[in-house]
Amino acid sequence: MALLEVKDLHTSFFTDAGEVKAVNGVSFSLDRGKVLGIVGESGSGKSVTVYSIMQILAPAGKIVSGSVKLDGQELVGADEKTMRHVRGNKISIIFQDPMTSLNPTYTIGHQLVEAILLHTDRNKQEAWDRAVEMLRLVNINEPEKRMKQYPYELSGGMRQRVMIAMALACEPDILVADEPTTALDVTIQAQILELMQKLQKEMGMAIIMITHDLGVVAQMCDEIVVMYAGSYCERGTADEIFYEPKHEYTKGLLRSIPTMETMGQKLKPILGTPIDLLNLPEGCPFAPRCENAMKICIHRAPEPMQLSDTHRASCWMNVKAQLDAQKAPESAQAKKDSASKAHDEEGGEA
Amino acid sequence: MADKTSAETPLVDVRHLKEYFPVNTGFFSSTPLKAVDDVSFTIKRGETLGLVGESGCGKTTVGRTILHLYEPTEGEIIYDGKPLKTKDDLREYRTKSAMVFQDPYSSLNPRMTVSDIIGEPLDVHHLCNTKEEREERILQLMDRVGLNSEHASRYAHEFSGGQRQRIGIARALAVKPEFIVCDEPVSALDVSIQAQVINMFGELQEEMGLTYLFIAHDLLVVRHISDRIAVMYLGKMVELADATEIYDKPLHPYTKSLISAVPIPDPKIARASKRIALQGDIPSPLNAPSGCPFRTRCPYAKDICAGSAPEFKEVSKGHFVACHRTAEIN
Repeated sequence: MALLEVKDLHTSFFTDAGEVKAVNGVSFSLDRGKVLGIVGESGSGKSVTVYSIMQILAPAGKIVSGSVKLDGQELVGADEKTMRHVRGNKISIIFQDPMTSLNPTYTIGHQLVEAILLHTDRNKQEAWDRAVEMLRLVNINEPEKRMKQYPYELSGGMRQRVMIAMALACEPDILVADEPTTALDVTIQAQILELMQKLQKEMGMAIIMITHDLGVVAQMCDEIVVMYAGSYCERGTADEIFYEPKHEYTKGLLRSIPTMETMGQKLKPILGTPIDLLNLPEGCPFAPRCENAMKICIHRAPEPMQLSDTHRASCWMNVKAQLDAQKAPESAQAKKDSASKAHDEEGGEA
Repeated sequence: MADKTSAETPLVDVRHLKEYFPVNTGFFSSTPLKAVDDVSFTIKRGETLGLVGESGCGKTTVGRTILHLYEPTEGEIIYDGKPLKTKDDLREYRTKSAMVFQDPYSSLNPRMTVSDIIGEPLDVHHLCNTKEEREERILQLMDRVGLNSEHASRYAHEFSGGQRQRIGIARALAVKPEFIVCDEPVSALDVSIQAQVINMFGELQEEMGLTYLFIAHDLLVVRHISDRIAVMYLGKMVELADATEIYDKPLHPYTKSLISAVPIPDPKIARASKRIALQGDIPSPLNAPSGCPFRTRCPYAKDICAGSAPEFKEVSKGHFVACHRTAEIN
């Protein structure tokens, strides 16, 4: 059984302007000891997905439907007491900005000890020792001295290490890292990613890594969920997503990053701007920006299609490819060419 | 672009630039924070020079000092063969240079409409004689950066990050500049939007023959857009070379680790690649190490590195590096 199973999760924010459907039917599962990456642009619902799992949403946000199962236990609808036990003990989170996620008025030690006392049976002295041990584990030099310092006395990289130490102090099954290195410099990012990989191997926990940096994903993740406009458009193993992307958005995303080959050439960006979550289109949310959009894309949202044991994508192009393959194979190539021309025209109409 | 002869006068010639900020250390005492400490380089006409480094290394200060947004503490900026001395020199310089800022959210005045924002440089420098001319120029600029002319009377908050950055670029283009300092212009944008804006920088350069100083920390983006790349560390320039050369044959240990630390968006390469991990954090520029600024994190540091600061010298054609042990470690 999977450690974490998310099924058809819907989360909305009820604002004065209307219902913002931030998460719109996300499903994935995570096994013990695996690293799952959630990729997408800002506003695609990556963070809200994990906030929903941990139920730490802002007051306006509510889980509308769906199921989140941790070790077989249903979390949607669970009471606050259960959730308190889950947070910290079972699932911990590291936030994006290490500058604002530590309390500036308490020492590092105070904050670490507080977390440990809250979630374990240790007494104060044991908790203190554990905190020092954790700081040493995340490669902070002179941990005893750091315990008595305030967050402003530490650098960005060190603060993020403290956050990791705090998140791991209670040995969670799942560590959620919400853009853990976005605010850091590349050499510090490399240190933190290396540390996370090392700790993951040693402690055997699973990681959910939220990021928009495809480089970080390629380096860290076993499996990837690509999100757009609150729903997942594709999920699969890292190799499947990077080498055989089956959704137009994923393909566009991979095309738009500068690489060795694009030097001196033009990049191929995804056209248009991200969509407005207040007015989701009735068809595929990516259709207005998609180069290969067909008529059906505008009218009906595609269902996720199973492409291999691990690979799923929600794109009408795959349905079409399957239909084409079923037809006479010898004329398949000719048809594909003429069909793709027809799509361009249809796309133009749209 | 980069193949012009070196005999030609460079468009921007920066010589021994220093920028110190006083920091209060007590009631009556202050120490200088050496944000930029003796930096020299040139940018040729039509070229893009990429400037990379970690936060706090002084790359933004270099960009701002070159435009005289900060008065240089010491050193000279020679533009198109002429040193900038008098106020008139500067006024003229400001119609030839412009800046695109990092954060499209805080660099646009929320109380001004798009047409006011783009029109402001036109008013300041009296570039348009009539209202109609001004109007027309604004619409032309908006069209050039891919903004809908209907949006001229809207406010900045009504736009997405990518569109705001387009407004910022239109404002920079208003004075018809030759030289633009781009300070992390795409780092606040999403990947798909980032590519649109990077392409636009390329198109504008081709059309208008622009010269860029492109400051960024994303090395993949810098390599894509730059002809030459300069690397800074703690207020000093440590290496400067052709974009391909610096990637294929980095000489300075800091450049090496910086390049190896970039996560490559390809799982097979990423799993196989070896990173040169640096120990520790970047020291505070308030008490920079003696000698070579990088020696506290450098895996090759020897006694000589603590003794004296290495000279920034040309080791092969067009390849500058500041390291005592260049010959030994490569």
